Amino acid sequence: MNVHDFLYYIILPILSISSLMVFIRFFKGPSIVDRVVALDLLITIGIGIIAIYSIISNKPTFLDISLVLALIAFLGTVAFAYYLEKRNKND
Amino acid sequence: MIDILVYITSGLGALFVLLAAIGTLRMPDQYLRISVNTKAATLGVGLLLIAAALFFLETSVTTRVLAVIIFILITAPVGAHLIGRTSYFIGNKLWKDSYIDDLKGKYNKTTHDLKGLDKTEENEEEVESKS
Repeated sequence: MNVHDFLYYIILPILSISSLMVFIRFFKGPSIVDRVVALDLLITIGIGIIAIYSIISNKPTFLDISLVLALIAFLGTVAFAYYLEKRNKND
Repeated sequence: MIDILVYITSGLGALFVLLAAIGTLRMPDQYLRISVNTKAATLGVGLLLIAAALFFLETSVTTRVLAVIIFILITAPVGAHLIGRTSYFIGNKLWKDSYIDDLKGKYNKTTHDLKGLDKTEENEEEVESKS
């Protein structure tokens, strides 16, 4: 069992199962804060999947996309927090 | 030798990400979920990226991986703090078994200011000295 098989048959299924669990929370979440947190964690797991996929396909160019995804996750969380607080304030 | 390090770091990273996902699904409260996400996911994704850096062993890949890790380490606590603050203002209740609420009665619900005891006393003294 070399590195490729280990990553392909053990690590990627674990990451897929964990992203599926977070997606269940994304649908169930009682309040909107739960959905924002689940979306943040989903994008963060996506960064990990991109890192593993760049090892499997032997192309380190994919790591650039993970930088962009980290930026988008932070901006999304900050924007949701800002506007949810504003909405509560104006009522 | 490098392969063993890649096994260890990627395995630990996947384990921490799995723990974060289980915590997100099973924790009873928003604040506990935010705590689990920030701690476990940051460490897990950092270890997965370190596995990629160890596998390639090039300068360009290592600098990219370090940039992503530092960015995640800086922004994850800030985002968690912001969303937890918003959740407190919206009025989400704590879990029924967590009975310590240090912020109870200290946040002004309309102006969103944090009123500590010391700060109000100082303000009153300043007002008195000015008048």
